[in-house]
Amino acid sequence: MINIFEVAETNQMIEKENLDVRTITLGISLLDCMDSNLERLKEKLYGKIYEAAKDLVKTGEEISKEFGIPIVNKRISVTPIALVGGAACSSAEDFAEIAKTLDKAAHEVGVNFIGGYSALVSKGMTEADRLLIESIPLALSVTERVCSSVNLGSTRTGINMDAVKLMGETVKKTAEYTKDADSLGCAKLVVFCNAPDDNPFMAGAFHGVTESDRVINVGVSGPGVVKTALSKVRGENFEVLCETIKKTAFKVTRVGQLVAKEASKRMGVPFGIVDLSLAPTPAIGDSVADILCEIGLEYAGAPGTTAALALLNDQVKKGGVMASSYVGGLSGAFIPVSEDQGMIDAVAAGALTLEKLEAMTCVCSVGLDMIAVPGDTKATTISGIIADEMAIGMVNQKTTAVRIVPVIGKGVGESVEFGGLLGHAPIIPVNGFSCDAFVNRGGRIPAPIHSFKN
Amino acid sequence: MKKTIITVVGKDTVGIIARVCTYLAENKINILDISQTIVQGYFNMMMIVDMCRTEKHFGDIADELDKLGEEIGVIIKCQKEEIFDKMHRI
Repeated sequence: MINIFEVAETNQMIEKENLDVRTITLGISLLDCMDSNLERLKEKLYGKIYEAAKDLVKTGEEISKEFGIPIVNKRISVTPIALVGGAACSSAEDFAEIAKTLDKAAHEVGVNFIGGYSALVSKGMTEADRLLIESIPLALSVTERVCSSVNLGSTRTGINMDAVKLMGETVKKTAEYTKDADSLGCAKLVVFCNAPDDNPFMAGAFHGVTESDRVINVGVSGPGVVKTALSKVRGENFEVLCETIKKTAFKVTRVGQLVAKEASKRMGVPFGIVDLSLAPTPAIGDSVADILCEIGLEYAGAPGTTAALALLNDQVKKGGVMASSYVGGLSGAFIPVSEDQGMIDAVAAGALTLEKLEAMTCVCSVGLDMIAVPGDTKATTISGIIADEMAIGMVNQKTTAVRIVPVIGKGVGESVEFGGLLGHAPIIPVNGFSCDAFVNRGGRIPAPIHSFKN
Repeated sequence: MKKTIITVVGKDTVGIIARVCTYLAENKINILDISQTIVQGYFNMMMIVDMCRTEKHFGDIADELDKLGEEIGVIIKCQKEEIFDKMHRI
């Protein structure tokens, strides 16, 4: 039987070390809503989302209360809208109308984000994909809770450089459209290489076409728990360090598995996956960078950071995999800058640069995330940064992403406040040398060879 | 059987267990196990109870215990057993 010390340990994790279930995300397929009439399509979308998700928030709150574990976010992911809206939309403005419908549905059911305003263009773009991408700046400026993502490449298809160029311009334009709010629109826009279909985390969540009609995916988190556990093994060797991370990740993930199964049972929706991630928040003690410091670095970004992050990422997966029947999503350590106080401190101290962050993305779960750059950064430069990150994902057969915010009207030395979970960040300098000729070539980068791995 | 863990943490005072147990008895909640320690003057108790006979909703019991805790000056939490079981048992 459970003893008092085990109970105390669990409750200390929840109360003092910010252990929580970061999100329950309900994936909803909208493929059966397709219509050639925009008004009818909007009606069907709203109806299906409302019907599927009306009990999501209530269910989340009930589970949270019964098990005494905070469930921070309840969210929805939907089928990429470029697929759903293709027949009905003949302009970017038409697509933005769909975004408004998604936003309205999100408000009505009480979720804080709805993801899936997306296009999958890793090899080529349809007219609908192009229109959706064109509509992103408008859509993100007239909605509050809609998140957008675009998959630009994969290990099997290579990188769609036409789309990379277009997304550099789109990021810049989104920043312009939302410049009154410190270019907040860009915080809800992410580009991917090798995007997974079952990612419960925003801004990149969408409901893949290979998924069933509805699915429950859960993302757990607990950087504070890992840091506290590591503070008890200071000075010990790597074996002890890694074992400690694994055991802690196991415990954290088990909570996610429990919540996912319960949510699935109560809503009558199949359980998809647990995303076993260390996802930081701006709260003190909820930082991945602090774990890196606990491993032995003065600041995140110091020499040794990539190795420390690599081992952390790997041990989190090793510990978590056994704790859940199905693991998926992005799984690993997230390294967003503005959402992690330790990362913010590292940038402010001059320890962490964009180039070091890029190196870290080779071994972490996703990519360049929530990085504020000067507002006068050129669109082609942003495309260049995206292309670099896509190449890392393509060659290493991993998911990589870029969520970068060119803050219009601000430069290096200033900082930006996004608020809430999105946090705040000092603006980081960008290499100013040109990549115009590279980005403007057009076409695709072919898929890499998979043999001769050396 | 619907096993639930009730934890009580706070400054030690006369009658904590009595008040909690009275409430549980009134609501037909059966106590299966109690362990209790004092850590640095702080009262620390864990009860394993069975809630299958109570007529109230879990959420209401949790709210009422929370209120009772406020009256006594301690923190009372009520959580289903599975969260501890999943975390600490393979």
